[in-house]
Parts: sequence; C-alpha cells; structure tokens
Amino acid sequence: MTPVLETRALETTTPVLELDDVALSYRGSAAPVVRDVSLTVRAGHSLALVGESGAGKTTLLRLLLGLARPTAGTVRFDGEPLALRDREQMRRFRRGVQCVFQDPYSSLDPRRRVGAIVAEPLRSLGIADRRTAAPKVAEALERVGLPADAARRYPHEFSGGQRQRIAIARATVCEPRVLLADEPVSALDVTTRVKIVDLLAELKQERGLTLVMVSHDLSVVASLCERTAVLERGGVVEQGDTARVLGDPAHPYTRRLVDSVPRLPG
Amino acid sequence: MTLLDIRGLTVRTADGRTLVDDLSLTLGPGERLGVIGESGSGKSLTTLAVLGLLPEGMTATGSVELAGTQIVGATEKRLTTVRGRDAAIVFQEPLTALDPLMRVGRQLAEPLRGKRRLTGGALKRAVAEALEQVRLPEPDRIARAFPHEISGGQRQRVALAMALACEPKLLIADEPTTALDVSVQAEMLALIDTLVREREMAVLFVSHDLAVVAKVTDRALVMKDGRAVEEGTVERLVRAPREEYTKALVTSARRLESALDLRSAP
Repeated sequence: MTPVLETRALETTTPVLELDDVALSYRGSAAPVVRDVSLTVRAGHSLALVGESGAGKTTLLRLLLGLARPTAGTVRFDGEPLALRDREQMRRFRRGVQCVFQDPYSSLDPRRRVGAIVAEPLRSLGIADRRTAAPKVAEALERVGLPADAARRYPHEFSGGQRQRIAIARATVCEPRVLLADEPVSALDVTTRVKIVDLLAELKQERGLTLVMVSHDLSVVASLCERTAVLERGGVVEQGDTARVLGDPAHPYTRRLVDSVPRLPG
Repeated sequence: MTLLDIRGLTVRTADGRTLVDDLSLTLGPGERLGVIGESGSGKSLTTLAVLGLLPEGMTATGSVELAGTQIVGATEKRLTTVRGRDAAIVFQEPLTALDPLMRVGRQLAEPLRGKRRLTGGALKRAVAEALEQVRLPEPDRIARAFPHEISGGQRQRVALAMALACEPKLLIADEPTTALDVSVQAEMLALIDTLVREREMAVLFVSHDLAVVAKVTDRALVMKDGRAVEEGTVERLVRAPREEYTKALVTSARRLESALDLRSAP
C-alpha cells in the first residue's frame, strides 16, 4: 500500500476523536506539558500513545477523556469541538468513550459489590435502572470471562487480572465505541498480561471496539494497535502504522525505544 | 566455598500461612543467580530473609548462611554487621528506599562513615567517587539534591551507589529496573553488569521478567507459590523448559515478544 492510498482510505470517515494542534500548560510553569499535538482516532484503527515517563501520554489521554481542557487547540468528538458544558454532548460522549486505568486495585470501589460497580455507567447515563441493568451486567461480566456470581462479590475477592476484567466489564457495559486505556496491563504478571491482551483483542474484533491505549510496553502496543504515536517531552515525534513506526522507526528516539526492549535469548 | 547457602528456608505469617516453602539455593563468590517469579511467588521475601529484613510477624525457619553467618535467628546487632558489608540490596522503588528529607550526599555518606569510618574531606571525596562510579553526571549537584529533585533513573543509581558503598560480597537486586523507563532500564542493567564484574561481586537478581534477568545472569531459579519450580541456565529455561509453570511463563513472554517482530525481515 502506498502512503497516499492509505491516507485517502483513512480520510473517508469522520474521526471519533481528534486532537487538533493541542497544547496544555499548567499555570505558572514555563514549559507546556504537551505542545502542538495533532492526532486522530478513527473507528477500527486503534491508537497507541507510547513514550517514557513525563512524555505527556497520560495528559493526552486526559484531554481525550475531557478530564483536562487544552490551553490551546481543539479536542473534537465526532467532528464537533468537545464542550464540557454541553450536557447533551457530554452524555453522548460518555456513552461512546469509556476508560480503563492502570491499577485495578485502586480503580474499583472496595465497598461496593462488583454488580453495582459494573452497572454504574448504565445508571449514571440513564440507560438502565437497577432492575433492567442486571442482564446487561451479567452479559458484560460473561464477555470478559468472569463467572456470573461475580456480580454478588466484592473487588477484594478477585486477583489483579480478574479486577482488570471487572474494570473492562464496567467500561464496556454501555457498548462504547472507544475504550481509552492507561497502561491497562502493566500492573499485571506476564501470564495474566497475555490473557488481558487477548481479551482486549477479542473485544476489538467482536464488538468493533476501538482502543486508544497509553503504554510503555511496545509488545503490548504491537499486539493491539494499528496506529502508534510516539511522544517525547510533550510532542509527537513520529506517528503512523504501528508496523512501520516500530518495525522501521524514522525518528532516533523511536529507534532507541525499540532497541531498549530486552529480548529473550535464543 | 559458598557465599550464600540457603537450606530449607520456610517463611510463615503469624496466622500460619506458608509464603516461602522449603527453599534451597547456593551461590558462590562472584556467581550470579536470577530468581524469576510472579507476584506472590515468594521471591522478594526470600531476598529479605537473606538480610534478616522480614516484615514483622513473619518468621523464618531453616538455614540461611551468608558469608559464614547464620541469618535465621540472628540478633539485630549481628545482622547490622552483615548488612552492607556481606550483602546489600537495591529495591524496586528508589523513591521509597531513599529518605525524602535528606540530601542525596548525606544519605550516601551514612554507610561510608559507619562502615568505612571515613570523615571530613575523605568522606566528601568518597561520596563524589561513589556517585561517579554509578555514572551520575555532575556528582556535586546530585549530592546536594533531595531525592525528589532528581529523576527516577538517577535515584536508582543513587540507591545502587549506596548498596555498593561498603563493597559487599553479594548484591541483591529486587526488581531494580521495573519502575524505570525502558531506555533507562537498559542503561541500568548494563551498569549493574559492569560494576559487579569489576568488583567480582555475587548477584542475586530478582525479577518477574525473563528477558531482564537474561541481561544480568546466566543461571536462574523459577519460583511459584513459595516453592522452587526449576533451576538452570536462562538459555535452557527459555529454550527447553521442563516444568509446566516455566513453560507457561516462557510461552506468555514469547507471545508478547513475537508481536514486536514487525517487518524485521525485508
């Protein structure tokens, strides 16, 4: 495929999420946390944001989630500028874009049963009440590979990998189009990590979910995302198809990242 | 002659749960051994038991002989003479290993003053040398800094300098690079390898990551649920694992890694 054709194929759909020349600086600090970042997230093209600590990955994710407001540039959802005060748009946004965090131990309320945790987006978005939520919750739990009785139990009764499944069930219960995930597997052991990567791949395949993932783990990125943007000190140094960016890096920083990954002997 | 001889080490909690179960391993002077395991495998407790640092409420039975000293049941006074001189440890998170209220130079001076009885100008020079050894740029600036003023990679170098300060015969490294960025990790692993070789020190290197362990040690022990599963050269463990658990570990690691083999062949 030539780059021109690739670009044309991509341009036929409106991006679900878009960052247009976005910057964010904190009051009083000289250097912006992110600067001049333009990214698009199109349905079916999962995007990875890679880079090292302090590169601005999580800040970009917060901007995409509407949790932070850019100091310059525009964040768009379905082509419209994201207006945090537009309640009707925010409802559509929350329904279409959900998120999963790194630490499954701190992202689940320990005092609530799993069923109530997973039902939360349904209730807050007014999609279902207590009664009508139950079958949707059961289906979401089943989809992530948890037993049906999980709904009656508490988060502490589950292992780290299972808790991350609960977090994914909560994020997918309202059938979002995009799942934003901040280091979704880096707190997990390698055998568990593989299983959660498989689960996310399955949700992509079967539910048409598009991932936007922050990760420092390039193998996870390569397993799940078609597109990759590499960040260094708040700016995008390189972006494109994952196979090209990680397989044949154009920027020296990307090359250094790829070369630093320790590989198994033999 | 063995430097570290662990026989039938068992660690139990106050309520009788067994966390390390009848573990045995030996390490000669200058030898290196990796300990591989996932969370809850008992690998970190094993390293803590070597220095008599088990958390309150946990008891060790069996035998841990370090440079001729029996650690199990030793008095705190006896342990103080062993720690730092016979074996020293570098932990995963350098921010918790360093005192946040003390300048880096003063922290590093403590072991140098205590064990090597240096004072005044000689002590100051020794601090600067120790920081240079771990390849920290501008050692004077770093010595004056508080831990939060330097980067994570620099903090871990300081922690390594502290561990090396008393020229121990054994360096214990417990996930020393897990909290670091991948390019910083690569530098840190190379640094540990070089420094340990120059000093002909033995290393006990604990990690959940096979590929990381392979960078530092040739031989490794796989642990699961407090027990030793399999021991051998890292290369053999990776190429021809004998136990089911080792197989699962290697397969998972390989699966993730294979995603990175993007267009490596033209």
